[in-house]
This record gives sequence, structure tokens and C-alpha cells, in this order.
Amino acid sequence: MSFPWAKQYEPKHPLMKWVDDRLPLPRFVYNAVGAGYPVPRNLNYFWNFGVLAGMFLAVQIVTGIVLAMHYAANAGIAFDSVEHIMRDVNAGWFLRYAHANGASMFLLVVYIHIARGLWYGSYKAPREMVWLLGVVIFLLMMATAFMGYVLPWGQMSFWGAQVITGFFSAIPGVGETIRVWLLGGFAPDNAALNRFFSLHYLLPFVIAGVVILHIWALHIPGSSNPTGVEVKSEQDTVPFHPYYTAKDGVGVGVALIVFAALIFFAPNLLGHPDNYIPANPLSTPAHIVPEWYFLPFYAILKSFTFDFLWIPAKLWGVLAMFASILLLFFLPWLDTSPVRSANYRPTYRIFLWVLLVDVIVLGYIGGASPTPSVILIGQLASTYYFAHFLLILPIVSMMERPRPLPNSITEAVLAGKGGTSPAQTALAAE
Amino acid sequence: MATLDEAVPPGEAHDAPADPRRRDYLSIGAVAFAGVGAGVVALPLINQMSPSADVLAQSTTELDVSAIQPGQSIKSTFRKQPLFVRNLTPKEIAEADAVPVSDLRDPETLAQRTKEGKANWLITLGVCTHLGCVPLGAGEGENKGPFGGYFCPCHGSAYDTAGRIRSGPAPSNLAVPDYEFISDTVVRVG
Repeated sequence: MSFPWAKQYEPKHPLMKWVDDRLPLPRFVYNAVGAGYPVPRNLNYFWNFGVLAGMFLAVQIVTGIVLAMHYAANAGIAFDSVEHIMRDVNAGWFLRYAHANGASMFLLVVYIHIARGLWYGSYKAPREMVWLLGVVIFLLMMATAFMGYVLPWGQMSFWGAQVITGFFSAIPGVGETIRVWLLGGFAPDNAALNRFFSLHYLLPFVIAGVVILHIWALHIPGSSNPTGVEVKSEQDTVPFHPYYTAKDGVGVGVALIVFAALIFFAPNLLGHPDNYIPANPLSTPAHIVPEWYFLPFYAILKSFTFDFLWIPAKLWGVLAMFASILLLFFLPWLDTSPVRSANYRPTYRIFLWVLLVDVIVLGYIGGASPTPSVILIGQLASTYYFAHFLLILPIVSMMERPRPLPNSITEAVLAGKGGTSPAQTALAAE
Repeated sequence: MATLDEAVPPGEAHDAPADPRRRDYLSIGAVAFAGVGAGVVALPLINQMSPSADVLAQSTTELDVSAIQPGQSIKSTFRKQPLFVRNLTPKEIAEADAVPVSDLRDPETLAQRTKEGKANWLITLGVCTHLGCVPLGAGEGENKGPFGGYFCPCHGSAYDTAGRIRSGPAPSNLAVPDYEFISDTVVRVG
């Protein structure tokens, strides 16, 4: 499972040796995130984001557990209990703002983590399973974030729950029955709020479990790297600890500065003021929008305004929105280029930048009012999103002539430090 | 194992065990029995999510509509969902009747959506059939949309004076719940 030159765990203290013989948990940690895990020596700061995602998952679980000690999942008093947290509970405002902005930070670092994977081809063989589990984590995060947003039971909470459970009513025939079953009523109410709270508490631990599988699957081939060239020898790697614990520490510090800036200086910047109005089942806010991290998908949903091929617009929108995420499951097989890193793919990298701009445009459209020009731009941007994965990616993979890859990670690293020939590199290894 | 094999009754072949063996029958039977049990236990776990008795008990609403003037509408609730009761003007009825039914996305006439002799009383759920927002148009001064009925601000679905979908992403007309006039002025919905 690891490289032959990986350091072995050697407990020094007799107690640790006693533990290791009976339950090799310290050995497991040592091999996973300690000196026993050899990592390519050339990782850049984009490789921080996996650890950052793990940190924000921990932040969310810790703040969430303490918030649950004060929150009341009852439609009659949920809103008031959140205000009670904000006003009366000691440091309650801090915990709630940390949890609300922690969700944004978690999604933000995960989006960068996904973009890193797209740029450096981290989803390609032999790391397909790492990618697939990552998409599962992303789906679980979306479900968790949605249900968490419902809990304060403000106007956006309520109408978000109404709209998102409304997706299921698009299913032909049984849709309305499924929607009523999911809600436990005909509209979001106490039953829905309670079950969302229960699941919102459960799913983070499911995410943590899948994260363990994600890391397990990663550690079988080992981490990828910016060149996309596989590790060939010991000189290509350094131990995870202390080299990458230190480098990740820098990223953790920067991420916490951003997080603190949000909590202390702009805690409601990413929220919506309407969610400070208690839920009113008889009045929809004039402009309902999801949280920022769902806006691109919401834009795809909104882009279908007409029936097409006997399928109603509503079903198209819901199908397209789910398809835009499920598409990611097929990415390892849609990109057939043998070269992983976009650094060596002159054509693919251009389209990847276009995709990034496209997703940002979709994000803007998702939050904009549905005027005719906004709808048209949304339709074009949605089409491009699917075209990128289903047309451009396979065609570019076929036609593109990649730039020459370095012979090894070490050669690439040394080339960047003034250059050396492969022969000298080999000599340096002696 | 050896002792068990020797326990095979006399008369059965020792050296040629039947395929499937008796033990396979026991294994399959036991696992199948446990599987059925697990399936049965799953039923209450799934069904607990359906609306509970107290939610279903809110299933009828009685409304006095005597104070609603022609052209006015009120918002009430039915099963915790908004309910629109609208007293149509003769002009609105004429507009609704003038539309060729075959042109509609969800073809229904106004007469099919109201009670006989009470064509001016349009009673619908105030739940947009797209994703469930409350359309505008029932309140005083709200935007009634391009067809003079209701307009959903969420994704721009527009309904006509019979509550029928005319443009936008919604797939069907505003739902008409079961209701009856129990007197000239009182409606029981549900």
C-alpha cells in the first residue's frame, strides 16, 4: 500500500510498544499522516485544500454539536431558539457565526480542491476511486448544508425547503407522494424540521466515514503531484511529517485568517437578510435564492423554461441540475488523455479556464432575477457546462498533442532550480 | 466436522454429498427468513416519515366567502398550504372562457375548475406547481402577471384568471382541492 522506502513505525516507549502490539492505532496514524507516508516532493499550495476541508469538517462538527445543545427543532420555537443562541447563550453569536461561515469555508475549500483535481488530472487512473468517493462526499455535503440552512426556520429556510423538496415532485407519477413522504406533511412544517435536524446531525459523521475511505483510496497509489508523473524512486518523495504537516500548517493559518475575518467583520456577508424574518407559509420572499455555493446548480435548474421532447420543463430542470453533478462520476472515463496535469496540456488548460469562467457566470445567473436576457445567458452557460464534459473533453483528449513530460518528479524540480540533465539527476541520487 | 459427517443417517451416501447439501438449505432458509424479517422491520421505518395522524387531521377547512366582493380574493390555508379563494368578475370569466382549451399546457376549462352555478368562485391552492412558491395576485395590489391571474415571482410562471398555467416553467394548473358549498356562503375544503 505504500512505497517500499516508507519509514516504519518504531515505538520507543514500552507503553507505546505494548499498545502497538494490541491495537496498532498509532501505527495507523503514523502511516496515514505521519512520517510513514511518502509524498511527492513537489506539491504546491493547492495540495493544502484536502487538509483544509478536513479541518473545516472538524470545525462544523464541533460547533454543530455545541449549537445543538441550545437549539430547539420545533417549528414553533426554532427561530426564537436561534435568536436565543445569538443573544443569550454565552458566546452563542460566535458559535453560530462560526458554524454558518464554516459551511461557506468548507464548500469554498472543497470547490478549490475539486478545481485542483480538474487541473492536475487527479481523477485519472489509478485514482478514480478517490475521485468517485470525493463526489459522494460533495453530494453528502450539499444535502447536509441544505438541511442545516433550513434549521433557523426563517423565510429563506422555509422556502428553500419548499423549493428543494419540490424537486422531487417533478418525478412523473409518484413525485408528489414522495414529496409528501419526505416532508411528513403537505408543506414544510414541524415534521420536516425535525427530520432535517436529525439528518443534519447524522450526515457529517457519514461524511467523516467517507472521508476515511477517500484517504484510504488515496494512500494506495499515493498522492498525485503537479507534474502528474508517477513517483519513481525515493528521491521523488519526502515524508508527510514534518514536510507537509508544516506546509499544510501555513495553509491552515491563512484559511483561519479568512475564516476569522468573515466571522468577526462580515458574519452575514454570505447570508441572506430574509432569513432573519420568521418562516411564513403564506408569503414567498420576492426573490428566493439558495446559498452562494448552490447558485451555479440553481442556474442550471432555472434554465429550462419550456417543455422539450414531451418532457415538462420542470422535470428537465431538475434532471439537468442533478445530472450536472452526477456527470462528475463519469469524468475519469470522459477524459481519455494519458497526461494528467494541465501544465502539459496546452489545449485542455484553455478550456478548463473557460469552464471556470462558465461556472462563475452560472453562479451569477443563479442569483439574478429571471429576466429574459438572464435566462438566455443561463441557457448558454448551462449548455456550455455540459458541452465541456460531454463534447470538448473527449475531443480535446483525442486531438491534443501534449508537451513533453519530465522523466521524473526530481528532474522537474531540479529543472526549476537552474536545470540539470537526467544523467546528473541520476548521479545525484547515488 | 468429522463427527457431524458421521451423524448422517444410515442409508445416505457418505462419499457423494447431495448438491445442494442439507446445510445449504438451512443456510439459505435462515438467511431468507432473516431477510424477510429485515424487510418487514423496514416498513415502519419508512412509513414513519409519511404525514402523521395530527397532520392528516387538519385536512378540512371551512370558509365563509360572503364578504369577498367580485374581483377580490383571499388567502386562507388548507393542510398548512396557502389556499386562494377568488370571486371572479364577469370580465375575468369571459377572458378565461375565451381561451381555446387546445392551446393550453394543461387543458381545462373554467367550468371544469369551478362548481356548477358557481363559476365565479375560483378556489385553488396557492402553491405554484413548479417548485411550490406562493404566487402573487391574491393580495390587494399584487402583480397578477401578464394573464391577469397569478404570477409566481420565484421562476416567473404566469397563471390566467382560471388559475391555469400559461407561461413559465410550471407544468400544470394551480391545483383545485376537493371542496363543496355547504351553503350559499360557506365552503368546506377537503
